[in-house]
Parts: sequence; structure tokens; C-alpha cells
Amino acid sequence: MAAATVTVPQTDMPLSANLRGKVGMWCLIIAESSIFLIFVVAYLYYAGKSATGPTPAQVLDIPYFASFCLFASSGTIWLAERALHRGKVKQFGLFWFLTLALGVTFLVETGIEWDRLIYHLPNGASLTISTNLFGTTYYSLVGLHAFHVTVGAIGLTTILLLTLFGAVKQEHAERVSVFGMYWHFVDVIWIVVLSVVYIITR
Amino acid sequence: MAEAQPIVPPLAIPQEREGARPFVQVLHDWIVTVDHKRLGIMYFSYGVLALVVGGIEASIMRAQLAFANNNLVSPEVFNRLFTMHGTTMIFFAAMPIVFGIANYLTPLMIGARDMAFPRLNAWGFWMTAFGGIILYFSFVGGFGLYGAGSAPDVGWFAYAPLTSPAFSVGHSTDYWTIGLLLSGFGSIATGLNIMTTVLCMRGPGMKLSRMPMLTWLNTVMAFLVLLAIGPLTAAQLMLLVDRYLGGHFFDTQAGGSAVIWMHFFWIFGHPEVYILVLPAFGVLSEVIPVFSRKPIFGYSIMVAATVAIGFISLSVWAHHMFTVGMTSYANAFFVASTAAIAVPTGIKIFNWIGTMWGGKITFKTPMLFSVAGVAQMLIAGLTGIMLSAAPFDWQLGNSYFVIAHFHYVIVGVIVFGAFSAAYYWYPKVTGRMFNETLGKTHFWLFLIGFHMTFDFMHIPGILGMPRRIYTYEASRGWETWNLIVTIGVIFQALGVLVWVFNFISSDFKGKLAGNDPWDAWTLEWSTTSPPPDYNFAELPVVRSRRPLWDLKHPEDPDWKYE
Repeated sequence: MAAATVTVPQTDMPLSANLRGKVGMWCLIIAESSIFLIFVVAYLYYAGKSATGPTPAQVLDIPYFASFCLFASSGTIWLAERALHRGKVKQFGLFWFLTLALGVTFLVETGIEWDRLIYHLPNGASLTISTNLFGTTYYSLVGLHAFHVTVGAIGLTTILLLTLFGAVKQEHAERVSVFGMYWHFVDVIWIVVLSVVYIITR
Repeated sequence: MAEAQPIVPPLAIPQEREGARPFVQVLHDWIVTVDHKRLGIMYFSYGVLALVVGGIEASIMRAQLAFANNNLVSPEVFNRLFTMHGTTMIFFAAMPIVFGIANYLTPLMIGARDMAFPRLNAWGFWMTAFGGIILYFSFVGGFGLYGAGSAPDVGWFAYAPLTSPAFSVGHSTDYWTIGLLLSGFGSIATGLNIMTTVLCMRGPGMKLSRMPMLTWLNTVMAFLVLLAIGPLTAAQLMLLVDRYLGGHFFDTQAGGSAVIWMHFFWIFGHPEVYILVLPAFGVLSEVIPVFSRKPIFGYSIMVAATVAIGFISLSVWAHHMFTVGMTSYANAFFVASTAAIAVPTGIKIFNWIGTMWGGKITFKTPMLFSVAGVAQMLIAGLTGIMLSAAPFDWQLGNSYFVIAHFHYVIVGVIVFGAFSAAYYWYPKVTGRMFNETLGKTHFWLFLIGFHMTFDFMHIPGILGMPRRIYTYEASRGWETWNLIVTIGVIFQALGVLVWVFNFISSDFKGKLAGNDPWDAWTLEWSTTSPPPDYNFAELPVVRSRRPLWDLKHPEDPDWKYE
């Protein structure tokens, strides 16, 4: 370290510096989208090419309830962000908890569906990741999305705990909404996965 | 003009040698640092280390190929050598060098105190570093419990089905996969960081239209990193699913496709070439104007050409796959897009020549490397256009002609650009001048070696020598050419040795450089050499593309004309 003490001049941060969380998150979203894009392309490319059964039409049901939960959670997180912007921390905590609950419900629903596909198909059939191309691409794509929901749920839990300890205040609204962007992104990806896996190719 | 005036009165900080402090403390400082300058130096040094390791691997291969029917190394070892050489050079030499230059210079060039996310920056570096360590750990742990270690031997593009559990037993391929996954996460973090820094952290008056060319090219590079690393990550995850969970993505017996791996890999692989070469173009665009004493010719066209290269590079990947056999429509599309990318690249070469035209050129070492880089980019581009024609590619695909072509880009432009950058910014980073005579010795040794190796490598390719063979018969007429190619390696290695010696000894004995030894025009030269932790004591307000010119010439500033 320098021996002499110098006063570091306080240059003002550029105006756009407080936007850097959002810009950074947009960059992450672009990078993540390109990962998902390749998995979606693989799913579409291999649709209907499995050498053996079961096929999507035989085993997949549209997950109405799980999808409803995830889409609703985008609304509750928006309400939570709005509450924090207005300084209503308790209301924020409530909506934040609701978001987490909806996200976890989605994951539980996915778990129930996977359990059914692996162990409870009619006629003793089973669909695992190694059964056929459908299984490989299905579990990879849905699993990659579920992994992102899990990461989001961990983030939601962390911020919820910080709120319970009283560390989250109005001044953190910007940062919290950066996290909100990630959650919305996971939600949008589910629209794509839902359309591709459960509607277009079923 | 006369002596450059100090623009900003330097703060009186005694620059103490770090050696005066206990080694452990210095090491600790470097390991926990989040400073973009230190991380830049670490990225660059890590890249140079990998460059030397990858170079040694290349030298062993060249020694094996110097004579017909040679048996210096076994075929198995040769396969491991070219796999490790390619992987090391792309992911652990070229990428870290490029990121090092971007990390060190982006905040300094735009007048910021640090990157947008300093801790993420450190995370990105360490991910890349650990990725390389895991890759090289395969030499010890590659076969896992099955016996002795072994490095991956599937080629740097790891085509299916070579990577399937049946053909790649043990864990060498997994070390390759996980090493690249980790370094990929690090690259995405760094790309995100550069992008955000450029968009959000610019100093007063530094509009996008006034940014230095290198920063512009780094921005496009960061954008390509965000788009292109994802496909590689996705493909690696699929490979892991195939190898460990019994998936069938690339398993042809269950209906999977080996060709789709090639698509996924090259969707990453071709933009990757531009991720590496764009920063080299950026270096050329900084060095050539300063040593020609002229502003860059056609700034806005250069920026537009860069953005065009960025976009077109996303649509050319299947020109690596003409020999696979695609439909004629696909062939036509990829021929056209590949040939089209020559247009913005040609604009760049034209503008560099336009910058030098009529300038007062001084051939200091950085300029020598940059001028050689321009000439070599032209030749590499011409063989690239030859190979972009599908019928020509059917003839010469997978031959040494292709090897010669892409090494012309990677060594002739990227490595020459990296050397140019190293010499140009060495006074800024260390505060001392390098030895000019040794610098020129390095240049000429490397130039002669480069041309012996890679000019003559085209010829056995045209004569039909395929790539990835470990030896050949004496009757093919390839011997003389291969011997010349191998002799060139010796010159290159000597050049690199001179370079490393020059930089280490100049750091102790070189004469003090001062703030602005080249009389340059971009912001990084307005602060002290080396820059203080906080980068700028006082930020000049930027009013044109050459802020330091404006300060040095208040009677005739640039902003009057822009």
C-alpha cells in the first residue's frame, strides 16, 4: 500500500450506474435464453423420433394447476415490488411469501408429475431419462427449467429471511426488482416450455 | 509535436516495490483482489502460461510430424496432444488474454473507477482458472479408478459418437466437459460485466459515439459471449446427461443424431472465432492511429462493420460442416453468409490502411506487430473466402490447408494483436519501458517463425495431407514441407522466450515511462503509470473521440470538427 495518505477525490458515479443491476440481469437473461434455446431446439428436433414408447400423447397431461401457480407468482412478485417501492415492508413480505409458496407449489407439482411418469404409468410402463429420446429431451428441458425455479426459490427464501430479520427496506426496492426480473424470466421460459412440450408436440 | 505535457498533475504517491512486503501478504492481496487492473493482469498472465503449455504440446506434435514414419510419440498420445492443444489455446490461452485486455482497459478507457460488478469479475476469473486446472487434472485422474491417468483424446470439438461411454471409457472426457462448463460460466460472467460496464459506467461526456475503438470491439465481443457460450454450455450439459444418466441426445442407436452435436458445437464455435479476433482488431485500431499520428480513418464505418461482423458471425456456423453433406439450400445459405462476412472485414482492412496512408509512421514494436497483423488478416481472410466455397471445401476440408487457414487467423492476427497490446500498454501497466531492441528481436524471430510454419503448412494440405494424423508415409511428397513447418516452431519459441525475458527484466531495470510515453489520445494515458487503485485523480470531461488531443491542443481541439 502507498505510504502517503491521499484523499481520493469523490468523482460522482455516472447517472446510469444505478441501472447496472438491471442491465446485468438483462445480459444474464440473454445468456440463459441461448442455453434454453438449444434445449428447445433439441426437443423439437427429436419430437416424434423416439425408437420406442411411451410417447408424449400417451403420458403427458397439461399441468393446468402448476402453470397457474407459476403465472400467478409473477403477479404476486409484481405486487410485492410495488409495495416495497411505496415503503410498505409488511405488505411486501406478505406478497413475497405468497410468491415463494406459489413457486414451491409448482416444484411439488412437477415432482408429483415425474413420480407418476416414472412409477405409476398404466400397464407397468415407465418413462425415465434413459427410456427413449422423448424421456431424454423431456426431463432435460423441464428439469433445466425446474432447476431455474429452484434457484429462484432459494433467492426468494433468502430475501424473505432478510425481510423477517428487518434488513429489507424501501431503499432496496431497486435491487429487489432486479431479482424480480429473474423470476419473470423463469416464468416466460415456462410459457415456451409449456407450449412446446405440452401443446405443440403432444 | 514537442514533449507531451502532463495533463493531470500526478498525485505524489511513492510507488513502492511490492517485494518489500512479505510474500504471503502480497499473494493474499492478489488472491482476494476485486480490482479490475489486478484481475486483468491475472487473466493475461494465466493466458500466457496456457499459451506456453499449449505451445509445448504443439511443439511435440510438430517434432513428431517433422519426418515421415516418425515414432516420437504413440498415436494415443498424439490424439491427447491435439485435443489438449486446441482446448488449451482457445479456452485457456486466447480467451483469458482477450478478457485480460478488456478487464484492464475498459474502465480506464471510458473513465470509470472499476468494472460494474467487481466481485463478479473476480468470480469469473477464478471459474476460468479452476476450469483449466480441472482440464489438466485429467493427466492424473482421467481414467479414475480404472488405472493411470489420461488426458481427453476426442479433439477440441469432441464429435459424437467419440464421446459416448462406449468409445470414451474412464473420465477424461468428463474432465474436458466440466472444465469447459466452469470456464464457460466464468466467460458469461465476464461478458455480462464488460457489457454492463460499457453501458452504465462511462465517465462524463463519454458518449457511445466517442468510445475508443477497442472498447467498441470489446462490447460487441461481450455481446457475442452472451449469445455464443450458452449453446456450448447446453451441449455440454446434454453430453453429461448422455454419459451419466443414460440419455440419448447423441446416441444414434436410439434415434439420436451425431450431426446435431456438430451443429450445437459450431453454433458456439464460429462466433467464438470472432469473440477472439474482434478484440485483436480493437488493438490494431488503437495502435495504428497512434503510431501513424492520425485519427482512425472512418470511425463510424469501423463501428458499423464491427456490429455487422457480430451479427453475421451468428449465421455462418455450418461452413464447418460442408463435408458432412447438407442439402444444397443449406450449403448455398452458408456459402453466402460466410462470403458476406468478408465485406465488413474488408472494410476494416481498408480503414487501417487508410489510417496509415499519409501518416507519420514510426515503427516501434507495438506498431510492427499491428502492421503484420493487418497483412496476415488479409491472407487469412483470402484463404477463408476460398474455403467458404462449398466445392473447394469438399476437396480441402479436414486437410492441413484448413489448419493453416485458421492458425493464420489465430496466431497471425490474435496472437500478433495480443503481442502488440502487450507492448503498447506495458508502460501503462508496469510504469516502465520495455527494451526496444529485444522487442524488435522478438518481432522478427516470431514473424519469420510464423511464416515458415503457417505459410508452408498450406502446401501439404493442398497435396492431400489430412489433419489429426500422427504420421505419414515417405512416398507422399509431404516431408520437406513438414520439416520446414517444424523448423519455424523453433523461431517462434525463441521469440516468445525473448518476450518473456524482456518483460520480466524491464519490470526491474526499464526506465520510467511517465504517464503518456506514446503521446496517445485515449483516457487511460491521462492517469499515472501504473494507475492508482482509484484509476483517475481527476476525470477530464470528454468532448471528442480523442480527449487527450483536446487537452494537449486547446488551440485546435477535435470537438470543433466532430
